[in-house]
Parts: sequence; structure tokens; C-alpha cells
Amino acid sequence: MRSVIFRTVAPFLTSLMVLFSIFVLLRGHNEPGGGFIGGLIAVSALAVYGIACGVETVRRAIYFHPMAIAGAGLFAATIAGLISIAARVPFMTGLWIYPSLLGVEVPLSTVMLFDCGVYLVVVGAISSIALSLEERGGE
Amino acid sequence: MAVSTSPPADLSAALVLEPVAAADWLVILPVAWCLAIGALLVMLRRPIGLHPFIAIAGLAGLVVIDALLLHHVIVSGPVTMVMGRWLPPFGIAFTVDLTGALFALAASVVALAGGVYSLCDINDSGRRYGFYPFLMLLMAGVSGAFLTGDIFNLYVWFEVLLISSFGLIVLGSEREQIDGAVKYGFLNLVATTLFLVATGYLYASFGTLNMADIARKAEGLRGTAPLMTLTALFLLAFGMKAAAFPVNFWLPASYHTPRVVVSALFAGLLTKVGIYALIRVTVMLLPMEREELSFVIAVVGALTMLVGVFGALAQSDFRRMLGYLVISGIGSILAGIAVGGPGGIGGAIFYALHSMLVMTALYFASGVAAKLGGSFSLSSLSGLYRRHAGFAAISLMLAFAVSGLPPFSGFWPKVMLVKAALDIGAWWLAAALLVTGFLTTIATGRFFLLAYWRDTAGGQGAADEAQIPVAILLPLGVLTLLTLAIGLYPEPLLATIQSAAAGLSEPSSYLNSVFPGAAR
Repeated sequence: MRSVIFRTVAPFLTSLMVLFSIFVLLRGHNEPGGGFIGGLIAVSALAVYGIACGVETVRRAIYFHPMAIAGAGLFAATIAGLISIAARVPFMTGLWIYPSLLGVEVPLSTVMLFDCGVYLVVVGAISSIALSLEERGGE
Repeated sequence: MAVSTSPPADLSAALVLEPVAAADWLVILPVAWCLAIGALLVMLRRPIGLHPFIAIAGLAGLVVIDALLLHHVIVSGPVTMVMGRWLPPFGIAFTVDLTGALFALAASVVALAGGVYSLCDINDSGRRYGFYPFLMLLMAGVSGAFLTGDIFNLYVWFEVLLISSFGLIVLGSEREQIDGAVKYGFLNLVATTLFLVATGYLYASFGTLNMADIARKAEGLRGTAPLMTLTALFLLAFGMKAAAFPVNFWLPASYHTPRVVVSALFAGLLTKVGIYALIRVTVMLLPMEREELSFVIAVVGALTMLVGVFGALAQSDFRRMLGYLVISGIGSILAGIAVGGPGGIGGAIFYALHSMLVMTALYFASGVAAKLGGSFSLSSLSGLYRRHAGFAAISLMLAFAVSGLPPFSGFWPKVMLVKAALDIGAWWLAAALLVTGFLTTIATGRFFLLAYWRDTAGGQGAADEAQIPVAILLPLGVLTLLTLAIGLYPEPLLATIQSAAAGLSEPSSYLNSVFPGAAR
């Protein structure tokens, strides 16, 4: 699998796929997509990168341990639910703010934070499995 | 009864959304708290030495939260919070009544004791395997199961605690542990699947998953929906989870394999979640069907008791014997569910709470015995009394408690159950309860005689030299003191349990909390 063509293309392919996964994550509020699907796309990006350049490179590239990423996601999702304490509404109620950045109104919500949490959990958990399977396969 | 003709509930009152009082957050906080701390522990991979302290602080916090929740429920009745501000039957409701709050508090106490005990039982490799994150996520699942008011959500929490328990049971990945984990995992997955099938069936018949809504609608659907089938399915699924007689064999096959603290937590928490779910579904949601099935439940209960205690008599391994005692306790609780009424249900709840504390403490004691005597096996354990008289005293108290002798916590629920059984004329059930108590005394007495009083073959040299670390003695001692305190002064707990049982069999305040102002 480690042909020159694949190794040259893989980084570009990976970055495109990660970008696409974030796009899918963000459009997921009203259209098909969301954290789970986005996470899976991101994991396949990492897997492609791992096949091309080796698992060690991927582990260095994502810097954090995959399980730590999953933990961060779970934490973010919990926090997204707990923010509603401050607004005196029940757990997990969707809350929105509309700050304007550079003249563009950017809707942000706890729902989005929760979805990002799901994304990170999926990325962390599945890539942890995928990377260790790739490691075993190389032996 | 709940409703007769089920007119559409007046939702106008519920449409006015009042701000949620801060105290109502206690309903969801145990789950969110455990999840947040568990996630934090998953993130902190390097400073593995910090894990136990964060987890113990978290569990102590959980005990405080659950105690406040119980207080809140005692003061102001069942509390409901519906996730994401959807209205009840559609939103996922967390509804806490006295039963749920009592179970949650007992579970958190057990978990805190386990957290402290683990300081000496879980080494660095266990920590790296993720013992503490698994423990916190297990507690999230257990608390969620006790607090939720939605039957599909109950299933989700079962899954959460099941997956965490898989992680805990294979901690260390030894051959024997994998063997135990496969048996445990396979049978639990079968039970969970049955639970899911039953839930799907229930949804098809009722069109709702909210427990309060089911309780309201059950009366009207009795003629058309296959409620008996549903109840039987739930009985089988939860009976499997709780290790009731014909489907109990997974428990003794797996509970002696993991670390002591893991066995202790499992014995204290997992089977009791099954029992809690059984009580919730049969007593509150489908009371008429429980009545119909009560003879079956009673026979199952009596057989579970006797099979458990005979198994305990036959074992020569400390932890295997305890596994059978857990089963025998489940039988007593089932007897209470079968008898029904305030006495029976109250006795069942009381026995479950007592069993949580005592079985955990007994597993701790088995760990200490193995540390002092070097083995779990009765053939080589000896002279424990000579090694540490204080520990022997604690063990004796626990043995009395589990046998249902006064003045310990096991006595009162047994009295309630026997009395309730005699009141409805089920003398054979009362006899089974008493015989089980007697045989349990023999089983634990035999253990005490051989492991504690028998002199070591080698010599007397080791007399009174043994030291038990504080981290082990503290949880063991506190749990023992709790059973003693409950045994000596049961009045407040007894009163709470009575009203918990009344709230289950007449759930109008539960329904009111979910559907404010709804018609009776």
C-alpha cells in the first residue's frame, strides 16, 4: 500500500476529509449530517493517513491520545447540558447566542457544543480502535 | 387507580414553563456529575496517581448530592425534570420518588466505600486500565437507572452500566477473568436484549415510554393489550439481571474472578439495579399483572433463596460462597415483590438496601481475609481470629447481618417479609424465608468456625501481628457500623421505606409530578 502516489496524495486527502467532516458536523443541525457522521468521516481520514504513513505518524499528528479526545468530547457534551442551570431551564435545553463576528451573525448554541462533543467522542473512540488494529496488522 | 377513561390530560398548566428551581437540578445532577468526572478522568491519562483522589472526591460529592436529593424528595414529594424542555410523555423525564432516591443514596455510599477500598486493591496497572473512569461511568449508569422516569431511558442506563462493568470485570486481563467476563457478558446481553424486546412490545401497545404515562394508561388497555406477556418478559429479563433462580448461574460463575473491590461493587450494585427495575415495572406500572403472576414470582423467590443458600453451604471458596448469598438475598426480595402490599414491597425495598451494604462489606471482608490468610479457599484459610481480633469481630457482625439476626440491618426486612407472607396466608413462603435465614447462619457460621477459629497448622507465631491498612478498614468499618445503626435504630428508615412502598403501589403523587394537574 505504501506506493509513492498514495503517500503523496494521502496528506491532501486526509486534510480534505477532515475539512469535510467538520463541514458535515456543522451543517448537521438542520440538514443531514451531525457529530456522529462527521466523526466517522474524520476517523476514516485518520485511517487513510495511517495506512499511508504509519500509525506512529498519525499518533504524533493528533498529539493527544485518542481516548483523551473521547474524554474531552464526553466532558463537552456534559457541560453543554449543564449550561442550562444558569438559564434556569431543564437539563439539555437548547440555548442560543448570536454574536456577530466581522459583521457576520454567527449562531452558537449548546446543541452545537453537544454535537461537537459527540464528534470528539466518535473520533477518539473509533480512531483508538482503528489505530490499534492498524498497528497489529503491520506486525 | 390511576385513570379510568384516560381523557386527554389538561396540558395548559404544563405549557406555562416556570423557571426550574435550583433544587430540582438534584434530579439530574448525580448522572451529570458522574459523567463529567468520568470524562475528566479519561482525559487525565498522564497523572495516573491523581485518579483515585479525584474519583473519591467525586464519589463523596455524589453521596452528598444523593443525600440532598433524598431530603428534597422527602420534603416535597416526587420531583420531575424533563430533558430539553420537552413536555412529558414526549421528552425524556427523570422522575425521582422515594424509592429511587433511597436506592441512589445507598448505591453512592457503596461506591464511595469501594472507591476508598480500591486505594489498596487497584495497583498502577489497574489504574492505567481505567478502573476509576469505569467506576464513575458505572455510577452514572446506576444513578441514571434509579432516577429515570422513562423506560427506554432505563434501558440506556442499563447499557451504560453494563459496558462499564465489562471494563471493570476484565481489569487485568487474566485468563480466569476473561472466562468469567464472557459468561457474565453473554448472559447479560441476552437479558438486555429481552429487555429491549419487551420495551419495543410495550411501546407498540402503549404508544408511550414514559413510566407515569404507562401507569395511567395500563388500566384502559387491560382488555386489549397483551399485558401479561409484557410482564412475563420483563420478569424474565430483570430476573436474569438480578440472578433469580432458573437464570442465576452466571453470577457464581463470574463474581469470584475480578478484583475484590470489583466483586464488592457488583454484588452491591448490579443485581440491585435489576431488582429495582423489577419493582418499578411490576409494582408501579403493571400492578394487576403482578397480582396475577404473584404465585410464579413467589415460587421463583423461594427457589432462588433455597438454591442460593444451598449453594453457599456447598462452597469452599469465600467469594463463591458470597456469590450464592447474593442470590439467596435476591430470593428474599422476590418473595416481597410476590407478596405485595405495603409490608411486602416495603420489606423488599428494605432488604435490597440492606443487601447492598452488607454484601459489599462481606466482599471487602473476603478481600481482607485473603490478605491476612493468603487465600480465598476454606481449606487453607485459618486462624484469622488470632491474627486480627477486630477484623474477626467485624466479620461476625456482618455474618449476623446477612443471616438476618438482630441487632443488625438484616433483621427488620426479614421480619417484615415473614409477617407480610403470613398475613396473606403464604405460610410456605414464610417458612422458606425462615429456613433460608437458618441455613445462612449455618453457612456463615461454618465459615467463621473454619477460617477464623481454627488454629493455623504451622504455629502461633503470627499472633496479632497483622496490620490492616486504614483504607481497607475504614470502608469496611463504616459499612458495618451502618448495618448496626440501621439494626438498632430502624425507625426513620422504616418510615421512609413505608411511604416509598405506598408511593409505588398508589403512584398518584408520582403521576402528579410528571403531569401536573392531570386528571386522576
